[in-house]
Amino acid sequence: MSAAIGNTIVSLPDQSTAQIPKRNYINNEHGLLSWLLTGDHKRIAILYLISITFFFFIGGAFAGLIRLELLTPQPDLVAADTYNKFFTMHGIIMVFLFLVPSVPATLGNFLIPIMLGAKDLAFPKINLLSWYLYLVGGGLTLGALVLGGVDTGWTFTTPLSTHYLNTHVITAATAIFIAGFSSIFTGLNFIVTIHRMRCPGMTWFRMPLFVWSHYAASLLMVLGTPVLAITLVLVALERLFGIGVFDPAKGGDPLLFQHLFWFYSHPAVYIMILPGMGVISEVISTFSRKRVFGYTAVAFSSVAIALFGFFVWEHHMFIMGVSNYSALVFSLLTMLVAVPSAIKIFNWAFTLQKGSITFETPMLYAFGFMGLFTIGGLTGVFLGSLGMDIHLTETYFIVAHFHFVMVGGMLMAFLAGVHFWWPKMTGRMYPESLSKLAAVTTFIGFNLTFLPQFILGYLGMPRRYHAYPPEFQVLNVLSTAGATVLGVGYMLPMLYLAWSLKYGAIAGNNPWQATGLEWQIQSPPLTENFIEIPIMDHEAYDYEWLENKTKNEVTTVG
Amino acid sequence: MAHEIHTDANDPSNVTNPEHAQHHIVTPLQYTYVFATLLLFTGITVGAAYVDLDWANPVIALGIACFKAVIVILFFMHAAYQSRLIKMTIGSGFFLFIVLITMTLTDYISRAWGMW
Amino acid sequence: MDSALATTDHADVHAEHDHVALPQHRHHFETEEQQREAGSFGMWLFLLTEIMFFGGLFFAYLLYRNWYYPAFAAASNQLSVPLGAFNTVVLISSGFCMAVGVWAAEMRRKSLLVLMLVLTTFFGLIFLGVKYDEYHEKYELHHIPGDSFNISMFTNPAGYGIKEEPLAPDMAQKTQIFFFLYFAMTGMHAVHMIIGIVLLFWLTWRAHRGDFSSGYVAPIENFGLYWHFVDIVWLFLFPLLYLINRHPLH
Repeated sequence: MSAAIGNTIVSLPDQSTAQIPKRNYINNEHGLLSWLLTGDHKRIAILYLISITFFFFIGGAFAGLIRLELLTPQPDLVAADTYNKFFTMHGIIMVFLFLVPSVPATLGNFLIPIMLGAKDLAFPKINLLSWYLYLVGGGLTLGALVLGGVDTGWTFTTPLSTHYLNTHVITAATAIFIAGFSSIFTGLNFIVTIHRMRCPGMTWFRMPLFVWSHYAASLLMVLGTPVLAITLVLVALERLFGIGVFDPAKGGDPLLFQHLFWFYSHPAVYIMILPGMGVISEVISTFSRKRVFGYTAVAFSSVAIALFGFFVWEHHMFIMGVSNYSALVFSLLTMLVAVPSAIKIFNWAFTLQKGSITFETPMLYAFGFMGLFTIGGLTGVFLGSLGMDIHLTETYFIVAHFHFVMVGGMLMAFLAGVHFWWPKMTGRMYPESLSKLAAVTTFIGFNLTFLPQFILGYLGMPRRYHAYPPEFQVLNVLSTAGATVLGVGYMLPMLYLAWSLKYGAIAGNNPWQATGLEWQIQSPPLTENFIEIPIMDHEAYDYEWLENKTKNEVTTVG
Repeated sequence: MAHEIHTDANDPSNVTNPEHAQHHIVTPLQYTYVFATLLLFTGITVGAAYVDLDWANPVIALGIACFKAVIVILFFMHAAYQSRLIKMTIGSGFFLFIVLITMTLTDYISRAWGMW
Repeated sequence: MDSALATTDHADVHAEHDHVALPQHRHHFETEEQQREAGSFGMWLFLLTEIMFFGGLFFAYLLYRNWYYPAFAAASNQLSVPLGAFNTVVLISSGFCMAVGVWAAEMRRKSLLVLMLVLTTFFGLIFLGVKYDEYHEKYELHHIPGDSFNISMFTNPAGYGIKEEPLAPDMAQKTQIFFFLYFAMTGMHAVHMIIGIVLLFWLTWRAHRGDFSSGYVAPIENFGLYWHFVDIVWLFLFPLLYLINRHPLH
């Protein structure tokens, strides 16, 4: 790896004299209550980070159990309905309690006010409320799990969820309803903050792309989530009172559920991936020392993804008896979403071109993102084309596709972001070589897990079954082996990041020599972020500005 | 996008940009006019329902409801005096509602057309 | 050295807070104007989510009304137009009082504000009372969807003294969908009213205490937005649920 060559931009203060700033948001107040009742966006971000990590590992444990069952063709580890509960819990926890809030609620919460030059989000109390709602939602999900689980799949498909199952559907639906409001409040807070709290001189086109992508994702949260909420209310009512709105026997249409559900849940995919794309923009720019190529195009592509995201949901329903003509329209529109996504990938590639690239851990994760997201996105185009979809949908091909986007894309971006901003959040560096090892392990483990699943799906292995014909075993064993490696890759960061809290090198204000406003203040920041409100007098990603500033600082001190 | 024109640093917290509107107070007299209009159109909508106008019945009922909603939004909710940002926010809500309806209807309307 | 630094820091922070005139001004906003506009923008965004929340129900209504028009028309005719129209007027009056209340708060007229909030609450409670009466009637007629739902009134209207075309049993069964949507939509609306009335009690108490008589009107204004939005939902529900087909008999 390149660190051996000494090619790095990391510049840490002299470790013998450096220390963590005396006053910062972490030690500003003491005691558990000062955390639980805080209005500080940075502390809420940390609370979110802890709770999200907790749920990530629970969801991950279920993934491990699923892969363990699929190690052999016979149904030998668990019974069929237990297996159904496993993948349902894996889906619900990972989608609603990890992926949706992952980057926005942790990194977004921490960074958006600082990047805009504001002291806090517009509504600190609503921000805290959002975390508590998340906890209630998470608690109810665990409650549904402990009481005996739920086996609808994370999609709650009717009439399965309303008529044929006797598990804790209502508890799980309530959990998602509540977690949904947590996400609405986060999005609402971000939109208002971005519109109303920008510091003087911070125009729309001077905002970091991280903020742009969060803006787009927030629009989706605010506009999409309530439709999911009402849909889940209808499912609960259908179960409780048998009201018939999704019951064909009483004249209802089960597909109406699917329309309403996917009206949220397809945009939700973009809620999950857009913030990750924002992280990648920051990381790529910093570690290639160049302004993001085509800044405006990347900014607008975020908004375009958000807009187009609302016009494609029916591609989840192509084989379910929707109209052919409508499917044709939705298939064409689905192809359109590929355009803004491709704009981003191409622009990142052009940012790298002729940049002074260095290979610190966040950059490794970002490279992982670019490759895996491209594969995930392109297989999405296969699935969006009507003919291919009939063959591939409901097989492991689709499982591999969305895991490439969500795990290969979003999780890589999340880890890139956590590593990138870890020195800012804690004031300490993570151990560089160990983290590089973790990044590489994750990448290898990921590909080993999910590439075989593309082949399995293409060969026709259906998803959501706990047993399969013996000829698929080789590929399944590969996949399970990969999952083990992947698990190690995810355990490592948790361990060494915890270790670095006490023993990591002091990071100083700007270890990466990055240009964002967040890097110009102390690490960890003050509770009020800025001693005086900054005035933004340069474009985002202006490395010359940073160079001049650094020079001037040296002369003043000298 | 007109936002980037206003870049001067002497604009604390972006208050003079186009997202900002002067605070406007609507008088009770205006409210009374709105109130009277709403009552009048409630009467009309009930009356119109008892006349057989075939397909025009639901159109009229919805038209009147939309009209009433618009004047409530404009005057009771002060949207007429708000910044362009608020107006666009309201517009985007209804736009997305229309997207939900029309895009879903593409399925329901053409489902019975059968195969190619 | 460190403590000296800390003191200056503290002094800085303090100096920055000096321009804060009103107790309700939050530290992270630069100006009160900014805080006010952020609050109202946030409220509008919340109402946006409410539009989409009700949007799902409105779409379900649109779909099933077109599929099962005869059932919807027959079932709709069992709702009482006088009660619905009365409730519409009550709700418009409530909205009017709320609007005048916002004006009173702007003018810093405390007693008028309290009066208007009380009137708003009063009309809101009347609305809920009438709604309860309507629900109760449906309960007695077994028109609440579920196991006890009874379609005999629609298959044999003459037996109940109703001048309607009888529906075939399978179409009559679809009246259940109408009544479900009726209860879901008006019920969801009533839930919003109840939340609103609870908030109104709290706001009235605060107004009585004088919180909104010194130029701080944001809570009243933002609650007004919510209350008017709830009104608007009803302005659509009334014609859609009560007035589908009131002219069938020539």
